[in-house]
Formats: sequence, structure tokens, C-alpha cells
Amino acid sequence: MALILRNAHVIDPACGLDGVLDVRIAGERIERVGERLEGGDSDDQLDLTGCCLVPGLVDMHVHLREPGYEHKEDIESGTRAAAVGGFTAVCSMPNTDPVSDSASVIEFVLSRARAAGHCRVHPCGAMTKGERGEILSEMGDMVAHGAVAFTDDGRGVQSAGMMRRVMDYGKMFGKVFMSHCQDEDLVGDGQVNEGVASTKLGLLGWPAAGEELQIARDIRLAELTGARLHIQHVSTARGVELVRAAKARGIPVTCEATVHHLFLTEDDLDGTYDTNLKVNPPLRTAADAAALVEGLVDKTIDAIVTDHAPHAAWEKAREFELAPFGMTGLESSLALVISKLVRPGTISYARMVELMSIRPREILGVDSISITAGSPADVTVFDPNLTWTLGRDGYQSKAENCGFAGTELTGRAVDVFVSGRPTLADGAIC
Amino acid sequence: MSFDHKHLIDIAEYSDTDIMTLLETAKAFSEVNRRAIKKVPTLKGKTVVNMFNEPSTRTRSSFELAEKRLSADSLNCGGSSTSTVKGESLIDTVMTLDAYQIDMIIVRDKHAGAPYIITQHSPASVIDAGDGKHGHPTQALLDLYTIWQHRGRIEGLRVGIVGDIGHSRVCGSLIPALKIMGAEVTVVGPGTLMPACPDVLGVDHVNLNLDDVLPDLDVVYMLRIQKERLEGAPFPSLREYHGLYGLTRARERLMRPDALIAHPGPINRGVEFDSHMADHPVRSVILDQVYAGICVRMAALFLLLGGAENGLDS
Ligand SMILES: [Zn+2]
Repeated sequence: MALILRNAHVIDPACGLDGVLDVRIAGERIERVGERLEGGDSDDQLDLTGCCLVPGLVDMHVHLREPGYEHKEDIESGTRAAAVGGFTAVCSMPNTDPVSDSASVIEFVLSRARAAGHCRVHPCGAMTKGERGEILSEMGDMVAHGAVAFTDDGRGVQSAGMMRRVMDYGKMFGKVFMSHCQDEDLVGDGQVNEGVASTKLGLLGWPAAGEELQIARDIRLAELTGARLHIQHVSTARGVELVRAAKARGIPVTCEATVHHLFLTEDDLDGTYDTNLKVNPPLRTAADAAALVEGLVDKTIDAIVTDHAPHAAWEKAREFELAPFGMTGLESSLALVISKLVRPGTISYARMVELMSIRPREILGVDSISITAGSPADVTVFDPNLTWTLGRDGYQSKAENCGFAGTELTGRAVDVFVSGRPTLADGAIC
Repeated sequence: MSFDHKHLIDIAEYSDTDIMTLLETAKAFSEVNRRAIKKVPTLKGKTVVNMFNEPSTRTRSSFELAEKRLSADSLNCGGSSTSTVKGESLIDTVMTLDAYQIDMIIVRDKHAGAPYIITQHSPASVIDAGDGKHGHPTQALLDLYTIWQHRGRIEGLRVGIVGDIGHSRVCGSLIPALKIMGAEVTVVGPGTLMPACPDVLGVDHVNLNLDDVLPDLDVVYMLRIQKERLEGAPFPSLREYHGLYGLTRARERLMRPDALIAHPGPINRGVEFDSHMADHPVRSVILDQVYAGICVRMAALFLLLGGAENGLDS
């Protein structure tokens, strides 16, 4: 018995597909792709006329919060949010409690993800024990148990010597080093972008240079050690420029931008003290956001991520300085990218698929997924014309700290398959 | 007299007419403060909460006196007994106060934006009595009142503000207020004490050298140097700061003969200025500012609590 997905607009730049086709899924894999495939009597059929079908989307920067902070989110609720957002896989960040700095926590995350079953979870391990930046974590053991990458996300490794040691030691495992770039000495207790926002709101500033110094440092260290470097949530124009220049020099560096840094700026904070807009790194200027979009277009930026950072409502309902950093994004990012980048013509659907599916898998070195015979059947189907209002029907995530709540969006995932198994069917979680 | 503001938080929401109404009202209340019996029944039956989540003897006593002289009932909360110290959130505290059916909350808080949060969770009028490094509108109004009383106008005056501009809540309100009233504002201080974007506050000129600007100023407004800030080492020593930015007898020669000296208090003698300048019988208006504080706060309470309809002499 097989399933035939009929009449979808199939978009997969990796194998040059961009047209209306049928896709036949047998078991865990795609069996055939073609025009008007013949079906057997026992085959299920799903008519997807008007929808787009793409290789399963990946969000390579997600905080699932379990273990330790299940009141904010857990692996079950976080992956459910991912499925409804159209993702077949997410990368979990290691700043849990305990920190994911050992094989046992990596195994725990993987086993919970399997039990939940809403999407694949690729766990990232911490580079240093407890993300304290002092002692190397057991990267080899974590790789052996399923870690796909290393990061101390939430913090930058402060010592350049330690960062070099991480790269020099860890490069033998062939994984990418993902860097949260934040010089704590420069950033201090910064709350918002240093500039108009910090001056107007009377809050401590988080200078762009506090991010850019570590980007420059880590690029230089990648060059020195030969390790692969991925810059997380680049947020400034000069940060993009640093990565662009490094790529031009052939240094193995990639980078990502978050949906909120692309579509929100420090001006959105004006007069509101809206803690849902408190993120790390902070929302920057309109010029910075424009530079990020430029980086998406010219391929300096490799991936769009959410940095999905759920928090309980009571934690965000505080004075701005007391509220935690972060906003959610899994349920809105596809729709935001379609509404604000693809429909206006800034990027194509094919480029979107590169940014949200193909390149993240290449960077992470996980199984490649394509709409071709033999590939694992990880597929995202979305209706590019469906309009909806974010948050009106609640969220699958436990958290509601989404800075885009109430926005009218166009485009939404309707069907998602992971290994041939539906995780989202006609917009409903399976 | 029309005045339709509910809160006094963001002075930039006030027009020059609104501010003038406040100053004129303050002037009328000044007369009350000089009577033998310094009390009017204007706000009888109104309940005002003084929520000082951060210690501030001066601002707090000024508000308390203003409330008493207007016959409002007041409730003090905050300080070391503050619920937030006991772990209750600001919002829960506000909702609790609100259940008492209060009319106004006057809030001092070390966190920027706290007064705004309160307006989102309470129907009461809110006055910002200083929030973090953000704003302090009644301070700005009392400064304007003092300048107005001494110079008869604010428009066209050149005001220099000297010192820690970047971390000053006074500046967050005073600079926009001066701009609304048509003054020209110069800020002076070392680069480490400058905000990232002074122009968004309305600053006309930024200067690092006090001697350069002193000859042009009608008002020299010295900001308090918070000695606790020295831990971040924004300048090498108080000695050097005093040498570069202190208003000294020697520097007085650079000042216009009618230039005023103001300071939000409490002053650091030997830092912001030497005693000769702080106590200058003609130039220093520092104690006038303290007095203006009561008049201006009475005016703000009166106008925000709908006093305009009650009439000033009720
Ligand atoms: Zn991060």
C-alpha cells in the first residue's frame, strides 16, 4: 500500500523540480515522482491542487526547554508546534537544566522526541561543560549518541583560547561549531539595541559591536583551526559583511538569521516596553534588517531560523529588565517568510526551500531530503494562499510570547510527513 | 483651562499648552504653600498610593506633602516592605492595590517602563516619579517652573546640562520638556557618560568641553554624579571629573552675568561644583527647585485627578 500525493506544485531546487507533479510514498521513502502517476487499487490518494510540496522544513535553532524548564515548553509541545509550523525536523539547543553536555542528556532528548513523534529532533551538545566556557565537554561521546553539532547557545564562549581549544579538539568529529556571538564585557546587562532604543527607553544598550567582535574572532579561529563555523542569529549589517568577506576568502563559515531580526526592528519597541520583543541579540535597526534581507538574497545567509524561545506568560509579564530574552516562532516562521519575502518577490519559493530545508541539512550534516525516488519521505505541504491570523486560535506551543501575535499572514502548512508518516493532516496535528 | 491627560509618564505626550497649564497651576498653588494654614480640601476623598519601590527621600516627601496639602488620602507602600521584595510581581501588587479602589499611583522604580506597565493593569492615574534611567517628568516640570519663575520665559533660552547624561532619568524628561517649550539644549560631559543617540531626546548640541559652552548658557544644569556608578569606571577619579566638569569659582568668570545654576539634588559638594557655586546667592536656584517640587506636584495631582472641574478654590 502506498500514498500518492497528487497535483502539488513540487519545488525542490536540489533536483531542479518546479512544477505540478505527483509524489508516491511507499513506507518510509519516496518511491516515485512524476506526472499523473498511476495508482494501484489499494493506494491512498491525496489531492493537493493549489498547494506546494517541498522537502521537509528544518529549523536549526530551537529551544525545546526539556529537561529542566518544562513549564516553558517540553519536547512534546515544542515538536507539536514545529509540526503545525510545517517542520519535519528541529535542532534542539543545549541550554537546558541539566545542560545537554553529556551523552545521557542527548539520549534523553532523542528518546523523548521519538516518543512524541511529531518531528525529528537533532540535538546539539554544549561545547563546554555546563556552557561555562571553562572545560571541554565530551564531544566525542555525544557524537556517538546522536549529537549533530555543538554550541554554547545562550552565551558566547568568552575566552578566545577556550574557543580555539573547542575547535581544535572537536574538529575530529566533523561536526559544525555553532556560535552565539556575545562579548559579555561589551554587552554587560544590555537589554535593547544600543542606539535609539536604549536612549529612548532608558535601558542599557546591547551594542552591535558586542556581537561583531565575536563573529570576527570566531571567523579568524575557524581559519586558524580549519573547523567548520556557523554563526547563529546574525543580527547586524556589519555581522553579515564579516561573514560575506570570510566566505569570499574561502573560510568554512555559514550563518543564519532569525525571522524576528528580519521582520522586526528596535522601532517596534517604541513606547511599549513589550517584553515579547525582548530577544538576544536584540532587535536592531531598519538598516540592519535590510542588510539581513540582502544577505538572504545574495546567499551570504544560509538559513532562516526561529530561535524559538518559549517562556511562561508570568515570566514575560514583568518589568522589561526582569523579563527573560526570547520569543517563539515555530508556528509563524513559514507564514512570515511567505508573506514578507516570497509574495513581495524578494526571494523565490526555491530560495526559501534552500534557506529552510536544504542548506540547514547540509550545515548539520544530517540525511539529505529531496523530492526524489529513494529519499526519506520527509515532506512539507503548504497552501501558499491560505490567510490566517497568528494566535487567534491559540498555539500548539505551551508559550505565547510571540512578537507577531495578531498579524494577518498568508501561507500555512497543511500536510506534513516524517518518514512517510503524517504528522500534520489538513492542518491538524496527527 | 483644558487638560485631558490621565497619566504623567511620557512628557513628550504633553504640548507646550499642557505644560504651561501645569506651570500656571503650580504658581496658583504656590500661594497655598505660603499661607499659615497650608491646606486646601481640593482632593478630599481621593486616594493616592505612593509606591516607592526604590528609596528616594526627596521625591517621596515632596509628593507626600503635596498630597497632604491637597487633603488627599494617601497610602505608602514600597521600600523595604515592598511586595516585590517578598517575591510578588509588580503586576500582582498593582492588581491588589487596585482592589482597594484607589485613584492614583505614584511610582518610583529602578526598572524603566514600570509606570507604563502599571497603566496596563490598573485604571488608576499614574505619575512616574522616576523609572530606572528612563524618565522623571515631575522633576522636569519643577525645573521648568524654576527657570520660568527666574527668567520669565523658557522659549529661546540656552540650557546646558552637564554630567551623566546617558544614565540620567532627569534628562529623559527634562530634555524633551525643554524642547517642547522652545529652549535650546546643549549636553556636556565625557563620552563615557553620553547616551548612544542624544538627538532622539532632542539635544541640539553635544560638547565634551565645559569651558567651550559655558559662555553661551542661560542655565547651567549640573547633574548628580552617582558615586556608585564609578565602579563601571566612566572616568578615572572624582578629582579629574571635578577638574574637567566641576563648576568652580574660576569657571564662573566664563559664565554670563545672569546665568542660573540648577541641580536636581542631592548635591555632591566638591564634585559637581564647589560650595561657592552651589550656594551662590544670585545664581544658584537649587533650593527654589526643591520648593517648586511641591507646587508642581500639587498641580499634577490636581490636574490629573480631574481637579480642573472642581475649581482651584473649592
Ligand atoms: Zn543564541
